[in-house]
Amino acid sequence: MGTAIAFYFISACILGFAVLVISTKDTVHSVLFLVLDFLFVAALYVLLGAQFLAAIQILVYAGGIVVLYLFVVMLVNLKRPPEAHSDPHRKTKLGLGLAAAVLAELALLAVRSSDMPVRPIVEAAAVPVSGNTEVVGWMLYTSYLIPFEIASMLLLVAMIGAIVLAKREL
Amino acid sequence: MVDTLLIPLLKIVIVLNATLVAVTYMVLLERKVIAWAQSRLGPMRVGPYGILQPVADAIKLMLKEDITPVLADKWVFTAAPVISMVPALIVYAVIPFGPVVNLFGRQVSLYITDINVGLLYIVSVASVGVYGIILAGYASNSKFPLLASLRASAQLISYEVAVTLTLVSVILMSGSLSMVSIVRAQESQHLWYAFVQPLAFGIFVIGSLAETNRAPFDMPEAEQELTGGFHTEYSGMRFALFFLAEYANMIVVSSVATTLFLGGWLRPFPSVAALSFLDVIPSWTWFLIKSFLFLYFFVWIRATLPRYRYDQLMRLGWKVLIPLTIINLVVTGIVKVLIS
Repeated sequence: MGTAIAFYFISACILGFAVLVISTKDTVHSVLFLVLDFLFVAALYVLLGAQFLAAIQILVYAGGIVVLYLFVVMLVNLKRPPEAHSDPHRKTKLGLGLAAAVLAELALLAVRSSDMPVRPIVEAAAVPVSGNTEVVGWMLYTSYLIPFEIASMLLLVAMIGAIVLAKREL
Repeated sequence: MVDTLLIPLLKIVIVLNATLVAVTYMVLLERKVIAWAQSRLGPMRVGPYGILQPVADAIKLMLKEDITPVLADKWVFTAAPVISMVPALIVYAVIPFGPVVNLFGRQVSLYITDINVGLLYIVSVASVGVYGIILAGYASNSKFPLLASLRASAQLISYEVAVTLTLVSVILMSGSLSMVSIVRAQESQHLWYAFVQPLAFGIFVIGSLAETNRAPFDMPEAEQELTGGFHTEYSGMRFALFFLAEYANMIVVSSVATTLFLGGWLRPFPSVAALSFLDVIPSWTWFLIKSFLFLYFFVWIRATLPRYRYDQLMRLGWKVLIPLTIINLVVTGIVKVLIS
């Protein structure tokens, strides 16, 4: 009962702050709501028993990436209101259609999976280690090795690309 | 009831109050030590040898007028001191001041909690503390605080990388992220990690000076260049909150260094039986002594070294410390695999 109340409260906060992120006029405030949003997502992870993921969520997203966002927003100083900028290529209907399709897909998934029993992704006996961090590490380096390596490769490519783009003469 | 609610609550109250008192006396210690280093007496008027100076400071700061600049971003301006203070305080939840001891016939652990991801918790909470400084500079709507907060955020992000990488080599040595298990690992391996990981320890110390904005890396509050730094527009108690957060962070950093590198609550040479007479001193005292030595070192450095130039700081961080920690990490991993 207590868990359910906490879950719905945290979810409501996540959605509420997400709406504030896109509806606030001041860009810096918008970034700050994004930080709050990430913190509540971390709270949701803790509630679901994934402490390692929660700590990483705060460390990487709230403490790392959004600091860089804030940096950029403070430096460019967007004083012009967003209404002054009209995009001639904006495809409103296409965007709304895509959003509706994604929403319908999520709703369908939620309805169809609600009566299915919760199945653990791996059997507990298959993992020879205990503890949150150890299990995540074990899974990443056994069952999910190839997706993990591909993601690392993608990050490496992005990093090299950013350096090449930023530094014209190497 | 007593075990699940009352004792943790009592521990939280004790740790919070002890921290706040320690922070105010840390300010006095700093003023005294720097005064002695410069052949002065330091605060002498309030109480014998100025021992009540923190009380006078607190009264003065509370009675001062609290000013908010007209063009400031009011909400953010109010929130910034709180954002920098809260992370500095909640980190103490996982710091182990001692092992489980027998107190009045009851088993009491001398730490608030021991979570599986303790070290990650400290790093992630500390990374949120950066927002206090950035937002203070932004919300003041004034050019010097903005410059200072840009400096501060660049400095903190750069040195966070090096410091976190040194922590990884400690994690490799101990095989755990829990603060209590790291001390236990040093006990069972019969050594303090400062001796097997001297490079990591040295980089951690340099990096923590930069992370807490302390001299010689105190560019974000360089008085001569920035008329005070990111808190120029703050006055009274809000300024005091920034000040307290900085000192609370110093105590956090020295507690973490004590736990990870200096054996936490263990006595010196925990495996030498000839020194077992040292056990009459309680374990938490060892922890406090080591942390105090570390804090004294912080003050000593400030009295000794001049301030770095900003580009020198960045070059040191990115071109010296980070490559060194990566090499150290790789060597640690190879040696660990070869030994096992």
